[in-house]
Amino acid sequence: MESISNIVQYVPLQQYVIFCIALFCIGVVGVLIKRNALVIFMSIEMMLNAVNLLLVVFSVYHNDPAGQVFVFFVMLVAAAEVAIGLALLVLVYRHTHSIDVNFLNKLKW
Amino acid sequence: MMTQYLFYIFSSISIFAALMVLISKKPIHSVLYLVLAFFSISGHFILLNAQFIAIVNIIVYAGAIMVLFLFTVMLLNLNISTELTKPRIIKVIAGISAAMILITIVGALKGISLAPPDSAGITQIGLVKNLGKVLFSDFILPFEVSAVLFLSAMIGAVMLGKKTADE
Repeated sequence: MESISNIVQYVPLQQYVIFCIALFCIGVVGVLIKRNALVIFMSIEMMLNAVNLLLVVFSVYHNDPAGQVFVFFVMLVAAAEVAIGLALLVLVYRHTHSIDVNFLNKLKW
Repeated sequence: MMTQYLFYIFSSISIFAALMVLISKKPIHSVLYLVLAFFSISGHFILLNAQFIAIVNIIVYAGAIMVLFLFTVMLLNLNISTELTKPRIIKVIAGISAAMILITIVGALKGISLAPPDSAGITQIGLVKNLGKVLFSDFILPFEVSAVLFLSAMIGAVMLGKKTADE
């Protein structure tokens, strides 16, 4: 385990930042190109996870536990958000029999 | 060296799974690939010796949240590839804008010098014992408030999910 957990010495911070931004950008693409509301939700979860990973990386590299506590709270908020969001999605499906976001354009213009 | 290889392996698995979430046609495949992405990110957390966050990530994200997604997919009977796609021009524009975010931040990263890591040895801050001490001393008020947040989320979900009298 000694060799595995010594990642701070081996992997530079830049590589972690680039990886997390790439993951975040994939989530952005998912939100922009998908019409299925469920997949849009999943893309949002992916973006949240990329940010979580970056917070943990900075917290470990600077030896500050506050970053990891913040990740814990982000996960709490994400869980609450998913519970509400999926309830809304079921409600939308019950009314329109579809979860296509293009149907939900009453507030768009 | 093995640490570096593990970093690259986990990174490529997560990028691959994240791309497959967008590529796959059926929502249920997207959910399963997202579970794979979450597990590889948990692998990253274990590499960083953030054990508590790794376990919470597996339990909350890969466990609870993704089961909720799977449950919704099956409840709404969405497992049909209904070709809900936007026109090609929108896809191209979305790809270009996301690539511009990536290029901008990576380019900004080139110009700055990030501070060198403070920790000389292996950090112990991610262990359950140390993180629990911080959570229950410095962050006790946000922790209690998040319990109220969960209660309100639960009540809201029940209110939204319950059928009204006229239906």
